Amino acid sequence: MVLDTEKDLAPAEPTGLWSWITTVDHKRIGLMYGASALIFFFVAGLEALFLRLQLSTANGTLLSADAYNQLFTMHGLSMLLVVVMPVGAAFMNYFIPLHIGARDVAFPRANAFSYWLFLFSTLLLLSSFVLGGAPDGGWFGYAPLSTQLEEFVRMDYYAIGAQLLGVASIMASANFIATVFTMRAPGMSLMRMPVFTWMAVVVSFLLIFSLPIFGVGLFQMFFDRNFGAQFFSGSGDPLLWQHLFWLFGHPEVYVLVLPAMGIVSEIFPTFSRKPLFGYPFVVFSGIAIGFMGFGVWAHHMYTAGLGPVAEAGFGVATMMIAVPTGVKIFNWIGTMWGGKVRFELPMMFSIGFISLFVIGGLSGVLHSVVPSDYQQHDSYFVVAHFHYVLFGGGVFGYVAGTYYWFPKWTGRMLDEKLGQWHFWLMIIGFNMTFAPMHVLGLNGMARRTYRYPEGLGWEFWNQFATVGSFIIAISFLFFAWNLIRSRKHGRIAGNDPWDGRTLEWTTTSPPPVHNFDEIPIVQHVDDFWHRKYATDDEGRAVRMPEVTDGATPATTTIGAEEAHEEDMHMPSPSYYPIVSAFGVVFVGYGLVYVPGGWVAVGIGSAIAMWGLFGWSLEPVTRDADHE
Amino acid sequence: MDPIQDKKRHSARHSGHRSVGLVVLLGVVLSACSGSGPQTALDPEGPIGRTIDDLWELVFIMATVVFVIVQSAIIYVIVRYRSRKGDDREPVQVHGNTKLEIIWTIIPVIILASISYPIVTGIFDVRAIAEGPDVLQVQVTGHQWWWEFEYVDLTDETGRTLVTANELVIPEDTKVNLTMTSADVIHSFWVPILAGKRDVVPNRITNLTLIADNPTAPDAPHPGQCAEFCGLAHADMRVKVHVRTQVDFDSWVEAQLVPAEIPTAGAEAAGYETLNITCVACHNATVAGADGAADIGPVRSLEVDGVTFISSLAPNLTHFGDRITFGAGTFENTTEHLAEWLADPSSIKPMRPELNNVAEGRILGMPNFNLSTDEINNLIALLQGWE
Repeated sequence: MVLDTEKDLAPAEPTGLWSWITTVDHKRIGLMYGASALIFFFVAGLEALFLRLQLSTANGTLLSADAYNQLFTMHGLSMLLVVVMPVGAAFMNYFIPLHIGARDVAFPRANAFSYWLFLFSTLLLLSSFVLGGAPDGGWFGYAPLSTQLEEFVRMDYYAIGAQLLGVASIMASANFIATVFTMRAPGMSLMRMPVFTWMAVVVSFLLIFSLPIFGVGLFQMFFDRNFGAQFFSGSGDPLLWQHLFWLFGHPEVYVLVLPAMGIVSEIFPTFSRKPLFGYPFVVFSGIAIGFMGFGVWAHHMYTAGLGPVAEAGFGVATMMIAVPTGVKIFNWIGTMWGGKVRFELPMMFSIGFISLFVIGGLSGVLHSVVPSDYQQHDSYFVVAHFHYVLFGGGVFGYVAGTYYWFPKWTGRMLDEKLGQWHFWLMIIGFNMTFAPMHVLGLNGMARRTYRYPEGLGWEFWNQFATVGSFIIAISFLFFAWNLIRSRKHGRIAGNDPWDGRTLEWTTTSPPPVHNFDEIPIVQHVDDFWHRKYATDDEGRAVRMPEVTDGATPATTTIGAEEAHEEDMHMPSPSYYPIVSAFGVVFVGYGLVYVPGGWVAVGIGSAIAMWGLFGWSLEPVTRDADHE
Repeated sequence: MDPIQDKKRHSARHSGHRSVGLVVLLGVVLSACSGSGPQTALDPEGPIGRTIDDLWELVFIMATVVFVIVQSAIIYVIVRYRSRKGDDREPVQVHGNTKLEIIWTIIPVIILASISYPIVTGIFDVRAIAEGPDVLQVQVTGHQWWWEFEYVDLTDETGRTLVTANELVIPEDTKVNLTMTSADVIHSFWVPILAGKRDVVPNRITNLTLIADNPTAPDAPHPGQCAEFCGLAHADMRVKVHVRTQVDFDSWVEAQLVPAEIPTAGAEAAGYETLNITCVACHNATVAGADGAADIGPVRSLEVDGVTFISSLAPNLTHFGDRITFGAGTFENTTEHLAEWLADPSSIKPMRPELNNVAEGRILGMPNFNLSTDEINNLIALLQGWE
């Protein structure tokens, strides 16, 4: 199905299904990332509802152990790799160029390739449900359970699917880094960039350093399974897999949550009508979190049998991550302090974000108390903790971003009333679902167990959590309906509905293909705000005289003619990215079914080769006269 | 201009509501400090569990204080600085305050550094491997999906060690050192009320110390659960720990070291015949008849770092009737449950017997042997008699 937002888009924009398949426009790719991730969110959420129904009573019989193990593995894998990461990629794709005053990302066709590879790899993973069974060894795929050949293909789907998703992510990250470092508008120094874009840079670096480690581990797992390589199984070392996995897996947590922190760092200033408190501290604490995130992976392995000295070191390092995280939270509160806080929907979700993230952060400190973690590890306490971080933190942040930027995507506002329903049901349902899991975990309930006996005192809170999970589900129906309805029938937003601060609000909603008619010249952090407001003697903001429509002062932009000459060559649409991605995923299917799949590997390679040759030989830009 | 001054002017508001909230919160906190249920980590029944719990309470209370401060600050800010109708003045454009940044960086560092001392000493306390003549040495082998225990220092006169499965029996107030490895995938031994968990890893040895304060009732041992996902029946890989007085423990040991009697007549004898044809392909037992004591069933072991672990294909049946559960702590050891199990084991506990390979020592569950009702009844009579 086509996302036919093109009706609302600039007239120069090509329309129709083919235009979406061949698009290299970062905004369309961003929207496709977002729409795909939302659909997969509903799939992974449905999996979670089945898990909750199974656990709502002692000795639940709704699901078999086999089905339960597949569903919890796919729920975790999907939520992390094909929901929250792509949602982050959606925002980054759409807003990095708009935030830095660029016309597109550095490598538009590689960007399209990243998207299609993500989409097809996700479909490969989901197709496993009907093609021999979904991965059932946990998203963490601990060896030697994952290298046992009990099931012919299940964990091969995991090894190949995650590998391909990783390739897509590495390419996208390299693209974002190149974009930010080479394509900023004049005057847009790094320390004038919006915090969201800063966090996108940090996340991109985390991914290009951590994903290759995971990639190596996945290949080794694949070789163990299919060719008896003995990396982790047999005479190999099962703990080696854990080290490789968590060297990726821990930075991954920050990959998921830092973009959300960037989003709320945009929202708090806008709705407090004050600049972000301590901008450099927020930026550098984000970078510090990124660095420290690479030095704490073994806190996932406190019970695995590392030496006590190693455990002590990783414990203290882990606690110290609370420091830069705290700095961010205090600065957000400092931003609201003394401001004029408007309770618009993006702001409500952002406030929900800090409140819930604080809980997740503090329970994280409790985990870093290593002896305590001997009890909490692999219990429902951990499940509670990371849902507070990734759902209470991450998802609340991304939803806040959706309410904030939907007007920019579509030109229309999301409905306030439906949004209120969404917010209150989501925050109530969320706490009902995950707060009791703290209690369950401390009272001895282990994770990944498809049933539990009576008499351990867990029935009540499990049932409570199940009710909560359905309230969350209902809240997201309001969200989905709001998105569908408001796209066509929402209130017209205009270019700058929130009295925004950053460059994306200077252009039309939705922006034209080329983003800006004239490339802005940047003089401040929050440049757009400074074009609208000066400060009086007391330091209060004072609105400057309205500039007439479309005619921003000449000093702040490059002249239109110059822009036409230098920057208006937009890249041509291309179908080679989708062809290449299709070929690569075809190879993936072949590898899953080796040795029988070698034929598919050959065919897929040929398709991918065709795509890559076509890609490298076709001309880069479309005609400049499309205006 | 200074945000601190604004705070002073309005700090008196809402304090009444907040004190009520504080009482409620304190109640929640206190109730969270005491656990419920027999598998809780919050009501420890031994010194190791208590060391962990004390540390938990210390840090939990500190975290709660931070939680209250931060959430109060959030609530204060959004109430105090909410946009009001009729107030057209724009806020003062404050960009930051380096002094504040330094303060809220340093204070958390100090708090965290101060709790790191008890944490580090706690790690070394809890992980100290129990040594000495008073320590009960038990070797643990994790299997998909059951536990095997060998009391390596407790032997009969011929040198046979005490071997049992899924129900660990220990004396009170005694240090028990579990030396653990796995025969297949990673498991994790966890009896929350006594101690934290420790993974059980193939090709490696890990240790866990258990000390229990008080004897448990015969029908209410401390429950535990494999805590590392180990495949299909992970949820049904449970464990029970019976704590006995030293006297009771000694007599239990004595009884365990006596071989099971080979029955000569009745249902038990018929059951023994079935056992000898079918069950001993995987299960072991030490039995005694007219010709003296003998071990039946395949004897297997594995060697890790110079330590030899027993690694049977299936739980030892010599004193099956003494255990109050079977199926790795999953089912009460009753006639009805045993009948269901023997009729089709995988129908009540998910297993993969179709993948069994006895020659390679890889067993993923008990197959359905299509036993007749008579055979089932006879086997039950035999096994329940082997106390």
